[in-house]
Amino acid sequence: MSESALRLVWVYPDLLSTYGDRGNVLVVERRARQRGLEVARIDVRSDQPIPTSGDIYLLGGGEDRPQRLAGERLRADPGLGRAVENGAIVLGVCAGYQIMGHEFIDDMGQRTPGLGLLDVWSTRGEGARNVGDILAEPDPRLGLPTLTGFENHQGVTHLGQGVSPLARVTVGGGNGTGDGTEGAWRDTVFGTYLHGPILARNPGVADLLIKLALDVSALPPADNTWYEALRAERIAAVQQPAQ
Amino acid sequence: MPANPEPAGPSATLPPRAKLAVTAGKVAAAVSRTAGRGSGSVIGGKVALRLDPDLLRSLAENLDVVLVSATNGKTTTTRLIAEALKAAGPVVSNALGANMPAGITSALADGSDARFGVIEVDEKYLVGVAKDTAPKAIALLNLSRDQLDRSSETRMLAERWREGLQGSEAVIIANADDPLVTWAASSCRKVVWVAAGQAYREDAWSCPSCGGVMQRPGEDWFCPSCGFRRPQPHWALQGEHVVDPQGQGWLIQLQLPGRANLSNATSSAAVAAVFGVHPQIALQRMQAVQAVAGRYESVQFGGREVRLLLAKNPAGWLETFTLIDQPPAPVVLSVNALSADGTDTSWLWDVDYERLVGHPVFVMGQRKLDLAVRLEVAGVHFQVVETLAQAVAAAPPGRIEAIANYTAFQQLRRDVRG
Ligand SMILES: [Zn+2]
Repeated sequence: MSESALRLVWVYPDLLSTYGDRGNVLVVERRARQRGLEVARIDVRSDQPIPTSGDIYLLGGGEDRPQRLAGERLRADPGLGRAVENGAIVLGVCAGYQIMGHEFIDDMGQRTPGLGLLDVWSTRGEGARNVGDILAEPDPRLGLPTLTGFENHQGVTHLGQGVSPLARVTVGGGNGTGDGTEGAWRDTVFGTYLHGPILARNPGVADLLIKLALDVSALPPADNTWYEALRAERIAAVQQPAQ
Repeated sequence: MPANPEPAGPSATLPPRAKLAVTAGKVAAAVSRTAGRGSGSVIGGKVALRLDPDLLRSLAENLDVVLVSATNGKTTTTRLIAEALKAAGPVVSNALGANMPAGITSALADGSDARFGVIEVDEKYLVGVAKDTAPKAIALLNLSRDQLDRSSETRMLAERWREGLQGSEAVIIANADDPLVTWAASSCRKVVWVAAGQAYREDAWSCPSCGGVMQRPGEDWFCPSCGFRRPQPHWALQGEHVVDPQGQGWLIQLQLPGRANLSNATSSAAVAAVFGVHPQIALQRMQAVQAVAGRYESVQFGGREVRLLLAKNPAGWLETFTLIDQPPAPVVLSVNALSADGTDTSWLWDVDYERLVGHPVFVMGQRKLDLAVRLEVAGVHFQVVETLAQAVAAAPPGRIEAIANYTAFQQLRRDVRG
């Protein structure tokens, strides 16, 4: 592996890969390569140690039992925590988002400690499951356009003082707390309930992760024709639902 | 068919309540057909079951019942088993793929003098239907992710099968190469293990028993944490042969393409053997099966040959990619996201569309833009089209392989009929 390669770590594809999470990995890889970057993709199964030297870490969704197993194994492995201390970029989706918080509810209904990388904690919602297309306006500091995605979760995630909401929901459930927030972030760590997968529907987020990893403020342009067409279609479909 | 309220065949031996229910179901089905609402089998079954909730049990009583369930291949395998068992006696089957209790009831009510009932069952209904029909055999082919915004995770399904089938008297014919199926079957009393293969493994890395990380050297698999491992198979698919428990190989000659169908034929031969049908006879009979509900069918459209292929989930797409003509054969992809398809299209990212590099590809269907982004990221050359006619007109020479998910496939079938 070349020293200059962007090191992209996919955390536990054997446990945290439920709703097309592989798509987030493929999109970062593709968009980095389109900018002339070399990419070293590292898929880390849950019986392997998490490398501390990655640039971008992706954690996907998982059903309740795999989520518990992933949480247990990640807590026993200091790799991800060290990587974050070193400034690594992390994106967690659904179960991956919950695991990054202080605690979540496991498949036995028990409160289970997470990694504490984000100042959030998750409970199980009492109402209907949040399933469907979602639209949200991202934190203006992130310089991103409207987020579009698909959510499917029973979990409710509460934000502490140490994080900001990733976005404000205009359609959909988001964090499920009733305050219209969706996801959470601080510095280089991001969590969200959006799949879709999120980076395929929001290439700007993929570019943001790459920019943060490279510590640059801009990237060479990439052809976004089909991404933009898909985004426009989904945003319109959600705003004017079919009869 | 006229709405003849007179029940025939074995239903003549049914209890009065069941007779009335069968009759009411047939009337409802005939009304539905006349109204142009499809075959009417589901509505007929619903009416009948409402009148007599025990109807399925009564109908199954005089039959040797075989149930077939899986994420993929259950319609085709049901058809193959039905053909094979005709060597031993008349068969009734839900050949149209109506695989929930109402459709099954309706299909059985049509079976006049059948000895065998060969029934495809939706994964989620398997345990209930097995309780109602007291099957002699149950074939479990595979389990993998499917329509995730609608159904529960695959491991939960395996768990439900495991708990629900535990006390079953049936011979379970189970795919030993699929860890989830093996987990589901391994607590049953009588299991015939079939090495039928597993191409899509992404749902089988986590041990269904203890959550350990599965090791998969070559064909084998085992969990180093708890010792759960692949059972020794009695039957195996080897190349294009079924190897029977005596170690004898029998050549599979199907009209249906692809490795998945060789696998389906192997499981079917093992099921037929439970009823005394020799594998050679069973396989000969399976050779007669052509397209199943339009799947794999080659049709003429716009002066070109188009082959219609159904792929509903990542495992199904993977199997389909292994059977299409080599590049530069043109490929049409059509994806919808109606509720029957699952409204979440994230599964597109679990499919290895990278395998289509080198094919000229045309994308259509409601979610053609999701496909476009997916193919762009996969580095596949594609054109977005509105209709099959446009794709066919623009396609370079060669047989056109048209692959679609559930409702998109139904649409393609309507398109080619014109
Ligand atoms: Zn185990």
